[in-house]
Amino acid sequence: MRDFYYLIPVALVLGGAGLAAFMWSLRNRQYEDLDGAAERILFDEDRPLKAPPRGDAADKAGG
Amino acid sequence: MPTAPSARSEELLLASRALGPGARQSQLSVPSIHCGACVARIERLLGALPNVEQARANLSTKRVTVAWRGEQPPDLIAALDEAGYPAHLHDPMTDRVDGTLKQLVRALAVAGFAAGNVMMLSVAVWAGADAESRDIFHWLSAAIALPALAYSGRVFFRSAWQALRHGRTNMDVPVTIGVLLAFGMSLYETIHHGPYAYFDAALSLLFVLLIGRTLDHMMRERAATAVTGLARLAARGASVVQPDGSQRYLPIEDIRPGMSLALAAGDRVPVDARVVSGQSEVDASLVSGESLPRAVSAGSPVEAGILNLGGPITLEATATATDSFLAEMRRMMEGAEAGRAAYRRIADRAARLYAPVVHLTALATFAGWMIATGDAHFAVTTAIAVLIITCPCALGLAVPMVQVVASQRLFGRGVLAKGGGALERLADADHVVFDKTGTLTSGTPRLIDDAIAADVLAIAAAMAEGSRHPYSRAIAAEGRARHVPAVALADLREQAGAGLEGRLDGTLYRLGRPGWALTAADPDDAGVVLSADGALLCRFAFEDELRAGAREAIEQLQVDGLTIDIVSGDHEEAVHRLSTSLGLPYLAGVSPAAKVERLAALAARGAKVLMVGDGLNDAPALGAAHVSMAAASATDVGRTAADFVFLRDDLRAVPETIAVARRAQRLVRENLVLAAGYNALAVPIAILGLATPLVAAIAMSISSIAVVGNALRLAGRPTPLPQDKPRSTLQPFLEAGR
Repeated sequence: MRDFYYLIPVALVLGGAGLAAFMWSLRNRQYEDLDGAAERILFDEDRPLKAPPRGDAADKAGG
Repeated sequence: MPTAPSARSEELLLASRALGPGARQSQLSVPSIHCGACVARIERLLGALPNVEQARANLSTKRVTVAWRGEQPPDLIAALDEAGYPAHLHDPMTDRVDGTLKQLVRALAVAGFAAGNVMMLSVAVWAGADAESRDIFHWLSAAIALPALAYSGRVFFRSAWQALRHGRTNMDVPVTIGVLLAFGMSLYETIHHGPYAYFDAALSLLFVLLIGRTLDHMMRERAATAVTGLARLAARGASVVQPDGSQRYLPIEDIRPGMSLALAAGDRVPVDARVVSGQSEVDASLVSGESLPRAVSAGSPVEAGILNLGGPITLEATATATDSFLAEMRRMMEGAEAGRAAYRRIADRAARLYAPVVHLTALATFAGWMIATGDAHFAVTTAIAVLIITCPCALGLAVPMVQVVASQRLFGRGVLAKGGGALERLADADHVVFDKTGTLTSGTPRLIDDAIAADVLAIAAAMAEGSRHPYSRAIAAEGRARHVPAVALADLREQAGAGLEGRLDGTLYRLGRPGWALTAADPDDAGVVLSADGALLCRFAFEDELRAGAREAIEQLQVDGLTIDIVSGDHEEAVHRLSTSLGLPYLAGVSPAAKVERLAALAARGAKVLMVGDGLNDAPALGAAHVSMAAASATDVGRTAADFVFLRDDLRAVPETIAVARRAQRLVRENLVLAAGYNALAVPIAILGLATPLVAAIAMSISSIAVVGNALRLAGRPTPLPQDKPRSTLQPFLEAGR
């Protein structure tokens, strides 16, 4: 009968994890371009998002 | 692109933002991005340019952010143009760095999480938990509710405090009082092991109200994004001719009177100036409302914002940017807008009635129970239960929900609404004032073809084909419409500020101003003629073409019971011709200040005026009117001043928008009645002391669902869009909205 002593913390922690994940995604600009994200997956080229370090100009043009 | 490449790269540099040492970032608006392939192509294309560090295209906002290094920006716009993506600079200044939406979404997430968990615990209590477990649940609920209220409630608390401090009241005042009292009483009950705690009511109230608030904000944000995405029309700088003859591109703020400016064809005059040398024709339609191009030569004054159509001219600046015509219009606009600030949103008006009634009822409940039973605890609890149950949950959702659905519907039809207040004011409008040039008319001249001989038109059309001048385009368009045979002229060339000439079978043909084309001509003659070896062949007359759907729009507005008139800055003759053909009263040759006066006079008579305009000269009037609409082709200032911007060419957008606004207003009223009716039912229950937390939760959800359901009725039954061609650059915005 006293099962809820640990069930409630479990529920709260799970909910809190969901909330934290949402806050993280919001801060991480995951919602800035919803249409683009849906389309990008079709044109993914496994290219690093950030340009390689300076002086490595040859790689930058690749794509 | 008419601008010289060097000037454009200087402009790009001016509009970029420094990221770090040597690194800069530019934002471009590229309205034609419409699929993932475009995104991939643009990123690859720009990424391959020298000095570009990273390019990232955003499909939702149709913008490209480019990080680059070096002194000179890479020619991003030319590269995009070549690839078939016309781009223009996105002004970082106009992009309001507005974190409010993010803050609201965060508050919403926290409130949602807390409301869900507290509701879960409350259900356990309602299901009949024993006293000991109930206390644990209440304490847990309090522990969740306190931080959540403190975090998510700030939005309302702050606004309520602002209102109270200025001796006003708005919707947030009863919300704040209700939420805080509910929490305080529940905490008291929890400490004293009471059976009823309203933590769930306080949190779900906050959650639902935050949904309304967030939706309202998203609507405004999207309209603002779309409006700033439209092409910028004002000059950002100008090429200044140095004493040694070289040219330097300076930002507009650095231009001083007396400086010599070089203005290429297709550019706009940056500051008020006087022509020093060169001959050209200028289009002042966006500045003064004049529909026909005006010839300028040495000595002519030109106002900031005027478009140079003909050849390159040299100007001498006569005013700084802050003293120019454009700045003067901005100042007039700010003054004019003060009147509109007096408008009170419908929700706030309702709150002004609502809050005292609710608070008096709660007070009366308390007094009544005190007298009847003498039980202070019961009297206080019941009075607070009255406040909780009457908390304007439905009311807070009733208005924004309808307005969000309405603006969504308008967005799909190419009309951007700048906010809910604009919809409310538009529904009140009973008088429409139209500007003429660029609003009722499309702003492009059309050839009046009174039986021009086909062979003459053929020569004129062939000469005009290659020119960008609006008259030439009109002649060429008429030639195409009448399918005149193609004629090949030799030595075809354009004489800036005068006209075109070419040879055919040994005869010199000239198309342009009479003083240049004819050997014997009146120097003041301002028409357009075609001459053969200096002898008059044909005289061309032009009229401003009516905008698509203008006639239908005016008929519809009259059917809807609105009074219409035309107030234009153009010449008497042109306005008279158009007004009589439409059967409308008019005022011609009206200055910007007189336009504002005219609106003030109408407002003094009690008319609620909708101003529809586009030009710089309309901007103060757009700000002064009860409510205003501007075309997408309007000046930047005009678009900022207007409450609505319509992206389609068709003027029928005006009656359509009014119809949607009026329907939205009716639904808002219905929703307010629904909310009041719900209160009429629920309040007696609460006064009798029967409103347990369970009853409150049920009543609150039912009323919210009813209000939302009613609002969604506006979205139903989509009517087909009238067939017209949207401007190509605006098409993506329209598609995004569908």
